Amino acid sequence: MGQAMNPAVLQAKLWYAQRISAMVLGICVAIHLGIIFYAIRGGLTAQEILGRTQGNLAFAIFYELFVIACFVHAPIGIANILQETFPSSGIAKPIASVLGLLILILGSAAVFGVYSAGSL
Amino acid sequence: MRPYNRDMANTDLKVRVWRGAQEGEFVQYLVPRNPNQTVLDVVTYVQRKLDPTLSYRFACRVGMCGSCAMTVNGVARWTCRTHVSQILQGDTLEIAPLNNLPVIKDLATDMREFFNKWKGAVGFFKGDKTRHDDFAKVPPESEERQLANAGIECIGCGVCYASCEVVESRPNYLGPAALNRAWTLTNDVRDVQQLERMRAVAGDAGCHACHSQGSCTEACPKAIAPTASIAGLKKLVARAAVRGSKWGKL
Repeated sequence: MGQAMNPAVLQAKLWYAQRISAMVLGICVAIHLGIIFYAIRGGLTAQEILGRTQGNLAFAIFYELFVIACFVHAPIGIANILQETFPSSGIAKPIASVLGLLILILGSAAVFGVYSAGSL
Repeated sequence: MRPYNRDMANTDLKVRVWRGAQEGEFVQYLVPRNPNQTVLDVVTYVQRKLDPTLSYRFACRVGMCGSCAMTVNGVARWTCRTHVSQILQGDTLEIAPLNNLPVIKDLATDMREFFNKWKGAVGFFKGDKTRHDDFAKVPPESEERQLANAGIECIGCGVCYASCEVVESRPNYLGPAALNRAWTLTNDVRDVQQLERMRAVAGDAGCHACHSQGSCTEACPKAIAPTASIAGLKKLVARAAVRGSKWGKL
């Protein structure tokens, strides 16, 4: 460590991270869809949702994992697209970083929200 | 398909040929239609009979040398093995130089950058044996040999490079031909430059820029799948960067 990483090697590592997070996302999305199908039987109410999620640690861990996978996956892809579309603008890294932080903060806040249901 | 008949020989092909360099225009020539005529035959007719100043490149005429590739009706093709009857719509052919390469004159492109990128991808063999060593034994059924086989028949015509959208938008991208060559060498068990090659083909100028759109694979006249070779490199190189490889860590 200490010396700057070869940018090409960094790209390769990011590609790897994006691949692994895509695998996690694939599973998460499938489970999430399953939950949606289950949840919408007979209408959808906030009470019903909170009844399932409030204090349910398994739910919270699963959705936090989902958020972290998005946090890893989406900014890498957005940075690649921006870098290719606007090669010399230098906007790829800042926009992707902001997007990553937003996903992490807002996503985690949502997970915490349905877990605690405002009781904290 | 229309059968050949006497009328066909009387119907001249309208051939629009690119004249000039980077700047230029299409000039139309009338070329007699012949059975079994290739696009290269058409271009040769124009030069021999109609306008000797036309510049183009060819050598073997049998699909081995990779020098006669051009853009025919908007698609990059090897002209010596492309029959006019396979691609003709109406009676017009449009023949232009390959895309993504600087035009020297008419149909001849400057292919230096294309081949320099092979060098850039460490697309050349280097072993560590001498004439005093025994022959290397590579079992034909071994996985490496099979993987190398899949990409080894490249003739370096540049059709994939001219068809690649990533090359078009990202001029420093090594391109499908160079990366395919790198992949065959990655699977050459005698080669000793594996780490150097993986570093050369990693990242945005290399395999990780590929969109896997498959235009190279669709266009390759030798039915090679550079997209698959590049996918192989992506996996190998990324794994080597994160976890290391049998040749060491990147």
